[in-house]
Amino acid sequence: MDQPDTLATIAHQTITFMDGMVLECGTRLQRLDVAYRTYGTLNEARSNAVLVCHALTGDQYVAEAHPITGKEGWWVQVVGPGQPVDTDRFFVICANVLGGCMGSTGPRSPRDGRGNGDGDGAGAGRGDAPLAQWGTDFPPVTIRDMVRAQKRLVEHLGITRLFAVMGGSMGGMQVLEWAALYPDAVFAALPIACASYHSAQNIAFHEVGRQAIFADPEWHGGRYWQRGTVPARGLAVARMCAHITYLSEQALTRKFGRRLQTAPKDPTEAITLFGDMFEVESYLHHQGSTFVHRFDANSYLSITRAMDYFDLAADHKGDLVNAFRGTRTRFLLVSFTSDWLFPTAESRAVARALNRAGANVSFVEIPSDKGHDAFLLDEPDFHRTLAGFLAGCAEHAGLGA
Amino acid sequence: MSRGRGVSPSVSPGVSIGNEHMSTGARARAQEHGRMNAQDPVRFVAKNMRVDLRLIAEMIAPGTRVLDIGSGDGSLIEHLFRTKGCDARGIEIDMAEVIGSVAYGLPVMHGDADTDLAHYPDGAFDYVVLSRTLQAVEQPRAVLRQMLRIGARAVVSFPNFGHWKLRLQLLTRGRMPMTPAWDRMWYETPNIHPCTIRDFFDLCSNEGYVVERWLAADDTGRRAPWRRFPRLANLFGEQGLFLLRRK
Repeated sequence: MDQPDTLATIAHQTITFMDGMVLECGTRLQRLDVAYRTYGTLNEARSNAVLVCHALTGDQYVAEAHPITGKEGWWVQVVGPGQPVDTDRFFVICANVLGGCMGSTGPRSPRDGRGNGDGDGAGAGRGDAPLAQWGTDFPPVTIRDMVRAQKRLVEHLGITRLFAVMGGSMGGMQVLEWAALYPDAVFAALPIACASYHSAQNIAFHEVGRQAIFADPEWHGGRYWQRGTVPARGLAVARMCAHITYLSEQALTRKFGRRLQTAPKDPTEAITLFGDMFEVESYLHHQGSTFVHRFDANSYLSITRAMDYFDLAADHKGDLVNAFRGTRTRFLLVSFTSDWLFPTAESRAVARALNRAGANVSFVEIPSDKGHDAFLLDEPDFHRTLAGFLAGCAEHAGLGA
Repeated sequence: MSRGRGVSPSVSPGVSIGNEHMSTGARARAQEHGRMNAQDPVRFVAKNMRVDLRLIAEMIAPGTRVLDIGSGDGSLIEHLFRTKGCDARGIEIDMAEVIGSVAYGLPVMHGDADTDLAHYPDGAFDYVVLSRTLQAVEQPRAVLRQMLRIGARAVVSFPNFGHWKLRLQLLTRGRMPMTPAWDRMWYETPNIHPCTIRDFFDLCSNEGYVVERWLAADDTGRRAPWRRFPRLANLFGEQGLFLLRRK
């Protein structure tokens, strides 16, 4: 499917580390770009920084309009003036993850070893080699790699200890990794709606999405960018499949029930064999078709893989306690009752591991029928929990009001 | 913990007494809770720094690590942090109370005394507190063992089933007693393991726990004057409060 490459037209605020970074897989990235946004003001003591980690398809535009879609920031109800993460009080940082497609180094970035014919020669496909993207040759990145890239950014900003690191879903995985990898650099950690490993069921859903991308005729073995196309249909189906996992049966029933609507005339908008369609179908089509304008298929593959690889206990001799032993970080774990992608039991398992490690843990399960997405939505109990926890931590950290 | 707080129900006079001591913050929290509690059956009412909590706080040395099992609205851990500089944390089974406590800035996690204590390492705390909850857990003896495994000392308070009013009611009416402290019908009470002060002394002796301090109090928290006479305390004390350690 031909469509303009909207991703290429955006300039992001970016810091470049010319010394690159060695990834967990052993490959050295010769150059590391980290695109990021900040909100609020860093205080003189540099003690009020809050790092927000985004989820699979999130980005650094937490609290401002998205440069492609124009939609408001994905966490404006949490981050902003007077919000639970009050930007009048805290200096908020959010970086696009390594492997992403919003300015940080990822499959869309120019590949290393330009024109010297390394890899399988993919760079020689069309035009000048220096313009060649990594594409599917982008080395496999991990949640830990993402965190290490963020650490570079945080150090660049002159911050040795973050007041808090927080995020939901894959963002929560990064929070756990931050707390395990840099315990002294994290005063408070808020892993939300996440788990210490990606479950078989979750890997299975990711695989369905990946296979949908591979099955798209415009996929071209991952070199769609050489042909000026995108595997939009496959990426849309991947998004649709994933989106179902972000909701709950109750939420779908409440929003759409079994209501029918007339199928759109324009077949590019939605394909249906029938004269009418269920509202839930239309909704998913919309979710899929808007997603492809703001996300890169190869990034989707890289990042879903990073999530699948995540298993913090396995990285620490098979016991999650080893990841947190002796930690002085204060933790808040939050889960949501109707989240079946990262069910409460997984947050509870993390909480218990933290108990065994002697850590200071708060743990709440917020009643909500909105499924996994609840962490992004209007959930007053969740928001006052965040605000109160941060206020308590600020008192313990000696941060003035 | 909901089961434990069955002894401080909505109509208990103890609650109104507690309210007089309620901080502004606690009152605001209680009001906030009201919204969430409205959807759930009322299982218990926040303890509002009940009088027995003040007696418990007196048993705890400043600057120590404390785990409050069944922390309710968090009054005790807040009090211990603010007035004694303790590293005080809570476990609570009622989610509305957990959310209220965390939203108030207190370190509380959702959990169950019967199942979650096993996940703490040996000697993680100086004191482990269980106030008015022992009689409501499924395995009181196992919970006590866990408390004295993860803590150097345990502070336990419970309503005394040996109080003369209960005895008299059972004797004269032949029915399960009903008092302000024991005011739920037998078929719905969460207090499934009532015991008397003398029973508790026996348990401590059988389990090899040292009773470092103990006292009996009436429901308003006034210390009963029979501290040297367990039999009298067992007759006139409405609640027992014990500070234990391992031998």
